[in-house]
Amino acid sequence: MLGATAAAPEGAGAWAADTSARTPAPTDAPVLAKVTFTVNGQRRDLELDTRTSLLDAAREHLHLTGSKKGCDHGQCGACTMIVDGRRINACLTLAVMHQGAEITTIEGLGQPDALHPMQAAFVKHDGYQCGYCTPGQICSGVAVLDEIRAGIPSHVTADLEAAPTVTEAEIRERMSGNICRCGAYSNIVEAMTEVAGRSA
Amino acid sequence: MKFDTPAGQNPIDRLKVVGQPTDRIDGKYKTTGTAPYAYERNDVAPDAAYGYVLGAGIAKGRVRRIDTASARQAPGVIAIVTTLDTPRVERGVMNVAYLFGGDVIQHYHQAIAVVVAETFEQARAASFLVQVEYAPEAGKFDLAAEAAGAEPVPAESGEGSGGDGEERVGDFEGAFAQAPVTLDAAYTTADESHAMMEPHATLAAWDGDRVTLWTANQMIGWGHGSIAKMLDLPKAKVRLDAPYVGGGFGGKLFVRADAVLAALASKAAGRPVKVALTRPLIANNTTHRPATIQRVRIGATQDGTITAIAHESISGNLPDGDPETAVNQTKLLYAGANRLTAMKLAHLDLPEGNAMRAPGEAPGLAVLEIAMDEMAEKLGLDPVEFRIRNDTQVDPNQPDRRFSHRDLVGCLKLGAERFGWGKRNPKPGQVRDGQWLVGIGMAAAFRNNMVMKSGARVRLDASGTVTVETDMTDVGTGSYTIIAQTAAEMMGVPLDRVVARLGDSDFPTSSGSGGQFGANSSTAGVYAACVKLREAVAQKLGFNATDAVFEDGEVRSGNRAIPLAEAAAGGELVAEDTIEFGDISKVQQQSTFGAHFVEVGVDLYTAEVRVRRMLAVCAAGRILNPKSARSQVIGGMVMGTGAALMEELAVDAKRGFFANHDLAGYEVPVHADIPHQEVIFLDEVDPMSSPMKAKGVGELGISGIAAAVANAVYNATGIRVRDYPITLDKLLDRMPDAA
Repeated sequence: MLGATAAAPEGAGAWAADTSARTPAPTDAPVLAKVTFTVNGQRRDLELDTRTSLLDAAREHLHLTGSKKGCDHGQCGACTMIVDGRRINACLTLAVMHQGAEITTIEGLGQPDALHPMQAAFVKHDGYQCGYCTPGQICSGVAVLDEIRAGIPSHVTADLEAAPTVTEAEIRERMSGNICRCGAYSNIVEAMTEVAGRSA
Repeated sequence: MKFDTPAGQNPIDRLKVVGQPTDRIDGKYKTTGTAPYAYERNDVAPDAAYGYVLGAGIAKGRVRRIDTASARQAPGVIAIVTTLDTPRVERGVMNVAYLFGGDVIQHYHQAIAVVVAETFEQARAASFLVQVEYAPEAGKFDLAAEAAGAEPVPAESGEGSGGDGEERVGDFEGAFAQAPVTLDAAYTTADESHAMMEPHATLAAWDGDRVTLWTANQMIGWGHGSIAKMLDLPKAKVRLDAPYVGGGFGGKLFVRADAVLAALASKAAGRPVKVALTRPLIANNTTHRPATIQRVRIGATQDGTITAIAHESISGNLPDGDPETAVNQTKLLYAGANRLTAMKLAHLDLPEGNAMRAPGEAPGLAVLEIAMDEMAEKLGLDPVEFRIRNDTQVDPNQPDRRFSHRDLVGCLKLGAERFGWGKRNPKPGQVRDGQWLVGIGMAAAFRNNMVMKSGARVRLDASGTVTVETDMTDVGTGSYTIIAQTAAEMMGVPLDRVVARLGDSDFPTSSGSGGQFGANSSTAGVYAACVKLREAVAQKLGFNATDAVFEDGEVRSGNRAIPLAEAAAGGELVAEDTIEFGDISKVQQQSTFGAHFVEVGVDLYTAEVRVRRMLAVCAAGRILNPKSARSQVIGGMVMGTGAALMEELAVDAKRGFFANHDLAGYEVPVHADIPHQEVIFLDEVDPMSSPMKAKGVGELGISGIAAAVANAVYNATGIRVRDYPITLDKLLDRMPDAA
């Protein structure tokens, strides 16, 4: 950061204000980099523009379009994937940062004729409507139950010394990074509660 | 099929498949990420290039120059289409602002260019190199400042509410002046954004002079005609396809810039191009629910009989735009001999105001139902009892016109009983639960039942599979499932023998999805097509169509029973029809009704509001699928809770745009904001509505809920907030002493 600041040109303020002088330098050719990771159990070797997000690597390069782009800014959760056992917003991370990672997308959890228990519970409890946030909700839901099992506390965990339990309050708090504009929240909590009970 | 007499007994009444809380048939695709949305059609265009949209950086004025020289030299760039290269594109159905073309800027983030490149990253980077010079002009952006000059105008929401600029019955002013108990209060509602999760997106591909758009759109029939007009093509050369749409809420009723730019960019690039609006563009580039300034006056006798009621609303819009029809429900919801409703429109240069889920009723009931709560308190009456006392079974504006079916009172009574309303302390600010002040509130829900012409085609093949084709969309509403349920019921087959294919403009034109008319209208269209298919089957098998019974995969009459599939043994049978609604839809007033009950806690120290319990009771005709219908209602309740507590597009009245134009700045409810929700549907049918005897529920859930939340906050704290959203800053300085 220090280097970047020091490298700022003299009189940067004037340069920014004078739009006529703001003729940008021609852009260099994209910088490509190789990255290898495992997606849904399958090794994938990619050579990507380093600006490619993990989300776009999946959607545009691997054609795994189950992970959704709702905002591309880490504000909605529709792109949630499970990377090395933890859920992340795949739009907020570059693909080349995940060399060697184990990545699970919605396609890796289950298929239409062989649903993951969380997917089946979402269908049963109607935990979705338009379906666009749904893959992110389900990936988040699976990871949330793992987080609670692993003893990771949340904002609403009252006792940080005790192991957290699967309560509706814990689910709602931990799932709040996944927006559902159709408003299926009440049903999603029921689906997750059922899955948690079954696997407990 | 013309629907011009009340529906009699018909095969739907068997309710073997229709009316059952079936899991959605598209659920396994949506939950596995295999349902394809517009931007994801690698199956049809794996070589699509990427279009990146630039929005105007001024709110009003002209574009003087767009310099694309550097951008065109950037790596990977294939084409750039700018608004200055393009003659102004005609507007489509319901468009107020122009979407693209020409040098005039009508609103901030209006599309001014699309950069097409081999990759998304290249298109985005190149877009930063486009240099734009503007000639800005002064605009009007502050509704409060322009309100005094607003003029009364007639309007239709396009989704079932509307009227004249001013409507009067009796002598409102005289009756109000004489009423012993009166309320005169002013309220405001905020600009709101649909914020559907799937950004507006389109993939366009040309084949010679024909174009196909895979696009996120609620109304394929409108969109098909609009795109043909905008591209100056005959409709036969345009195809739209939208098998899955990631939410719309009115924001995708019409063609938007993504579709126009994808089509133009694809033509320029000579290959398929896909375009999605970036999230930060959506709030200002597309449409929003306009803010309102409303005034309600109610006069009543001491016993709580309303004698005078007036509801006025002022909202703003671009030239050619309509006012928000926020006073519509007040013409029909409560009795009262002397009435006044008025809508005024101010000219604003903010982005286009247009339909958002329950346009009119959502902000209108948000206000009217606070006013009813205030009036009940003045009268010393229970708010539920006050509403029951002023129920009407006729249109108060035309007393010889009855409601086809109206059980608002049933909703209110059942809801009060189930919610434990009787235990409410009518004196506000009295109930404590630790650090929380607890209150409960209620409101009536009301939304008209529109019906729309709707077509479908039905096929029966030799395997006994029934396939339905219609351009109806499923925007999360459950269309796939209820359409398949309807065909299964009509043809006497299990649900898994039905295939529903939706959203393609090559299929018969349907009602589309909007105004809560979709479920009833589109299934009625499927009903009509199935009646024709039954006739074809009966004829093929030598039955009389009128007495043949279609059941258990067989066709039966007398002692003969033949498998349905045999009718198609010699070749597929195909039938197509359209349901059209005659005067029957107008001779009586068709509406849907409900009652909302809400409990909130308000933090004594921070004034943070938390919703603790929610119940809606709905009277909306036959419920085609109680599981998906319930989801529609709770979804409306969630969005209305957002309107009550947090949703507000912040107007930068100097630069003329919505400043919080993404999902971090524009807050919508998240999991932690919403408790368990209960919905009860009254068991009823409405034979005046359609052969399905169903009505809409998709917008009933959002209608009234904001006021129920607001009234609960009042009951908890004793603080009456009349300006939505009820954020803690509006409560904090008036909160009761924490001691």
